[in-house]
Amino acid sequence: MITFEDVVKIYPGGGTAVDHLSMELPTGKMTVLVGPSGCGKTTSLRMINRMVEPTSGRVLIDGQDVSGQDEALLRRGIGYVIQHAGLFPHRTVLDNVATVPMLLGKTRREARTASLELLERVGLPTEFAKRYPAQLSGGQQQRVGVARALAADPPVMLMDEPFSAVDPVVRAQLHTEFLRLQQDLGKTIAMVTHDIDEAIKLGDYVAILRQGGVLAQFGTPQELLDAPADEFVASFVGRDRGLRSLSFDSAADVPVVPPASSADLILEGGRPIAWRTASGDRAIAGTFTKADSLRIVTDLAISSPVGIAVRVDDNGVCDGIVRHHDLVDYLMERRAS
Amino acid sequence: MNLSYLFDPANWDPSAAGGFPQLLLSHLWYVFLALLIGTVIALPIGLYIGHTGKGSFIAINAGNAGRSLPTLGLLMLMVTLLGLGLLPVLIALTVLVIPPILTSAYAGMRTLDRRVVDAAKGMGMRPWQVLTRVELPMALPVMMGGFRSAALQVVATATVAAAVGLGGLGRLLIDGLAVNDYSRVLAGAIVVAVLAVVLDLFLALVQRWVVSPGVSGRF
Repeated sequence: MITFEDVVKIYPGGGTAVDHLSMELPTGKMTVLVGPSGCGKTTSLRMINRMVEPTSGRVLIDGQDVSGQDEALLRRGIGYVIQHAGLFPHRTVLDNVATVPMLLGKTRREARTASLELLERVGLPTEFAKRYPAQLSGGQQQRVGVARALAADPPVMLMDEPFSAVDPVVRAQLHTEFLRLQQDLGKTIAMVTHDIDEAIKLGDYVAILRQGGVLAQFGTPQELLDAPADEFVASFVGRDRGLRSLSFDSAADVPVVPPASSADLILEGGRPIAWRTASGDRAIAGTFTKADSLRIVTDLAISSPVGIAVRVDDNGVCDGIVRHHDLVDYLMERRAS
Repeated sequence: MNLSYLFDPANWDPSAAGGFPQLLLSHLWYVFLALLIGTVIALPIGLYIGHTGKGSFIAINAGNAGRSLPTLGLLMLMVTLLGLGLLPVLIALTVLVIPPILTSAYAGMRTLDRRVVDAAKGMGMRPWQVLTRVELPMALPVMMGGFRSAALQVVATATVAAAVGLGGLGRLLIDGLAVNDYSRVLAGAIVVAVLAVVLDLFLALVQRWVVSPGVSGRF
């Protein structure tokens, strides 16, 4: 657990970067610090590994005040990933990853063997080991950056805009892989981003900071979407927060009616094939299962030409349909309860 | 052009006091000492200024001031103050060597990608480790450039040693002029020029060897 206790950072020029920040980042979870530029999110992150010293207040990791610890030793125990990866250009990919284990006194051979495994773990083929960072794409460099931070298996990781320097397609891919990795590893992660969508997608918890380094709200993504603390949070999470909040709700309990109740649905061996419309048959664009979110159901219902979302079982056989007005009634009931 | 002095085998006798081998050796000795002392003085200062950003006006002005100082004039001043000997020569040559080394060390450190340095610190390297394992290897190409230009200048200028009675290839120029032996003057000029080119090629090889392919782009 990472604890901020009434932390203040005032820069010599007089600007307040962080203003009486208190929060707890739970162990084994990913907490995303998000906010507009100048909200002190990076400063707060960098106080965890003493890259920045607080003016007053304390930062603790598992109850231990970081300010009492040797800077270098503290940092070797904390994974650190930054924007553009910040790889050492003069070292090969493998030696980049092996950096912290070597600092901790592992032999070169031990460090390299462990690093090679990590490369595979972050989705890089082992033939990349001998290449230099300049020979990699931005997305590949970022993977190496993550592997390098994980190399000494630290319990805590700090990530400063780790995915913002790559294009949206690669970013989405890195997100997915990173979530899977985190599911296995269960690190205590503090991550900074300016992108609220990224925060909501990745964070178990999200801390929204406002200009001047004041914590506006701390909570799960759904809490922020459903119950923003104030105008600032509401506008920051965006106008479509109602719809986005649905992505955290399961579609398991959506009331369905038998497929046969719609004359517009064409089935073939139980599988949904097409819609019958006035302008001819239209192929079905998508279906949902019980494991999907309400957002997907809603999207399917409003994008279908006849206003119906189709549910299938694990074999792809249609086992129910939802009409859009029934869906809206269901959502209203949920909200009321 | 009279190349007879250059190709006279007697002048290439290693044991002959005024022959090419011995003059070459003493010349290289002055060059080596000046580069060594100059590097020992200029490199730490340049690295410090580049690393901290403090006193960067020194780095910038040292370059300009050093280049405008006439080495021969400085040498004569030193001889007046200190008398004849190796010391005044080394002082004059070292003053020549310091500006390019200092300026390039400063520039090499200033132009580093600070994000990489930030990553190095954040991963738990101590300041000395950051300097030796990250900053220096990254700044090496720029620093080697400064060292090579210092070496070229000092090879050509070390000929002034002969003006105050010391050895080196300058002997051929000074003595040749004194006795109107232009074949000897020409030989001296050619050997100095060839030496400069060979030394630079050698340093280019050293550079290729010490600079990481990841930095030079020669994968």
